[in-house]
Amino acid sequence: MKARQKRLVFVAIAIAGVGAAAAMALTALQSNIAYFFSPAQVQAGEPPQDAVFRVGGLVVNDTLKRQEDGLTVRFDVTDNAAVVPVSYTGILPDLFSEGQGVVAKGRLGADGVFYAEEVLAKHDESYMPPEVADTLQTAHAEGVVEATTKSLQ
Amino acid sequence: MIPELGHVALILALVVAVVQASFPLAGSLSGNRPWMAMARPLAYGQFAMLAIAFAALAQAFLTSDFSVLYVAENSNSLLPQIYKFSAIWGGHEGSLLLWVLLMSTWGAAVAALSKNLPQGVVARVISVQGMVAIGFLLFMLLTSNPFERLFPVPPEGRDLNPLLQDPGLAIHPPMLYMGYVGFSVAFAFAIAALIGGRLDTAWARWSRPWTTVAWIFLTIGIALGSWWAYYELGWGGWWFWDPVENASLMPWLIGTALIHSLAVTEKRGAFKSWTVLLAIFAFSLSLLGTFLVRSGVLTSVHAFATDPTRGLFILLFLCVVIGGSLALYAWRAPEVSEGGRFDLISRESALLANNLLFVAFTVLVLFGTLAPLIYEAFDWGKISVGFPWFNKMFLALAPFLAVLLGLGPAARWKHDSLLRLVRMLWLALALSIAVLAIAALPGVDHGNLWVPVGLALAAWLLFSHLILIRDRLKHKQGWQAWVADLRGNGRSFYGMVLAHLGVAVFVVGVTMVMNYQEEQDVRMGPGDSQELAGYRFEFLGAEKTPGPNYRADRGHFKVYKGDKQIAELYPEKRSYLGGGMPMTEAAIDAGLFRDIYVSLGEPVGGGDWALRLYYKPYVRWIWLGAIFMALGGILAVTDRRYRTAKSRVTAPAGATAVGA
Repeated sequence: MKARQKRLVFVAIAIAGVGAAAAMALTALQSNIAYFFSPAQVQAGEPPQDAVFRVGGLVVNDTLKRQEDGLTVRFDVTDNAAVVPVSYTGILPDLFSEGQGVVAKGRLGADGVFYAEEVLAKHDESYMPPEVADTLQTAHAEGVVEATTKSLQ
Repeated sequence: MIPELGHVALILALVVAVVQASFPLAGSLSGNRPWMAMARPLAYGQFAMLAIAFAALAQAFLTSDFSVLYVAENSNSLLPQIYKFSAIWGGHEGSLLLWVLLMSTWGAAVAALSKNLPQGVVARVISVQGMVAIGFLLFMLLTSNPFERLFPVPPEGRDLNPLLQDPGLAIHPPMLYMGYVGFSVAFAFAIAALIGGRLDTAWARWSRPWTTVAWIFLTIGIALGSWWAYYELGWGGWWFWDPVENASLMPWLIGTALIHSLAVTEKRGAFKSWTVLLAIFAFSLSLLGTFLVRSGVLTSVHAFATDPTRGLFILLFLCVVIGGSLALYAWRAPEVSEGGRFDLISRESALLANNLLFVAFTVLVLFGTLAPLIYEAFDWGKISVGFPWFNKMFLALAPFLAVLLGLGPAARWKHDSLLRLVRMLWLALALSIAVLAIAALPGVDHGNLWVPVGLALAAWLLFSHLILIRDRLKHKQGWQAWVADLRGNGRSFYGMVLAHLGVAVFVVGVTMVMNYQEEQDVRMGPGDSQELAGYRFEFLGAEKTPGPNYRADRGHFKVYKGDKQIAELYPEKRSYLGGGMPMTEAAIDAGLFRDIYVSLGEPVGGGDWALRLYYKPYVRWIWLGAIFMALGGILAVTDRRYRTAKSRVTAPAGATAVGA
């Protein structure tokens, strides 16, 4: 083979490899991403049925209840516009506490309860997951608008 | 007074950096020798200024001077002395100061250890480092000054994040940063070569040891981070594919590609422009990592409080560095002649394939890390990419890499034949197929195909490298010959073998822990017992124990194998007095072949606790593999070739390309 042909072979192999990798990566991605929804969106029925997604907001005060088995906990998550009850079996992260931001990943049950497989809490005092911060801001803005229109009526 | 002194030192460091970035470079282009000669003193001056600034901040921390805002936010008078010191890099401003200090250390090291390099090259390298330093120092002085004062002075500091009050995390950031900024040397060499228009084998030989040293630090830094996450976060995981972890992995992957590609450039004069590109990207990804960690654009279990203006600054800086160096590359690289032809079956081809796989994996990790941003930018929704995706990508590429890793070092430069390779390696091939067959026997297998594949790949790596050693020693008699080889030019060879065996050890660890680990969340009361993976855990209850700056609930476990007690474990749940943050401190009985791991969840009433039990077979092999790789790197850089090479390269700037 001449040098030119050899180079062409290399380029062809490289392109084929990149193409295969990209196709594989994107196909696999479809089944491995979890969309984020705010409690208001969950209440509006936006999340697809029977798919894993994430929900985030603040843990409502005085809603954290431990079930009989000692491992399952129930708590409510809110964006100040709607509330989603969450059930989780296992050990909660260290920084989980009422009134703080959390993100839970799992499925929505037919009973309207969100069954979480994983709960993430903030990592330090002033950190807020960006999705939760956005959610609260949106709800806040909408809430303010609602309040103003009400006062006008 | 002293914090102001530190502030002034920072400003002076910026002034030095500006001079450093301009005069030596201008001198090297116009042939002005006095200007070029300024490079070394400036590099030392830069280091001295930053050392003063760092010492000033250290003094504020050690004396708990809470009139300094950064100290008040990250320290506490109750903190043990050692953590008062490590608290310097516990927050954003201080880690940045550590970052520039380490970068100037590398600069000073280049100045001190490059006595035999042509003056023009040294001038350009140090100038490029000065440019990078300008960016970081401006960033610090404009957005994150660690010496800002606070009035009124608070009586007590906010405390260091308890997660960071740990010996592993005290040394993890300096190691990681040494690696990150170490790539700035490879970057500076590459840019300097592009500016000078001379990319030759001598250039590759100069930057090779520096790149390897940076890679060693990064390897140790990442392994420390993984080990820390394993015992400190209390979920028993050793890698989470978290954005912050990915940010450190990507420069490592490109850095690994770079040290292999530098080998080709040095030995065969091929891959020149490719090597330069890798050097640019290794450092750019280090900067991108900083941006991802500091800007808070991604949700991460590791993310700390962030500030968007800082993110914007780093993003701009990133654009200037990447854009500028790629523009320079586009302008200069075509002038670089590609030397060193080679055949399809040759060591060059194997190393090229190695490079492509590393780059492909980096691109995938980058894509997975940035996918949430891409989706949000296109308004496709807010997503997170689960770690199963990353695992799949890793498993899709890693086996090819492992197969190649056995072949590459056996292949000859330039031209080789398949037949010769088969003749040389058939025994390794046969033995690894035997491992595959035995591990796949019914009754042995756990039902997962990856176990036999992983073990066979590890065996392939082990045996193919043993054959390499045998062939090398074939003509040498006795162990004295071997010692002589190790003293002489053999170190880089044995370093390579050791690093590659590290990969084999790592593969075994990952295979075993991923397929045979067991975990259980349980509720236990005093006197309860629980079985897991053939071990019996007996819980004897938990009691309150005070610590130096925290209160803890301390659990007591006895672990039995059969009737024999093999360990007593004391996991803790701490509450820190400074900030009131709770912290799980897992208890681990570590062993070469398995870890037993207990972490306390929370009290659930009546002396009962929710807790987590783990059995982690071969988990230590993951970090052992990293240690092998780092030791291999150390062996390679101490090769006599580099020492003698230095004394050989004394010719003036024009005459170095010949004969290398």
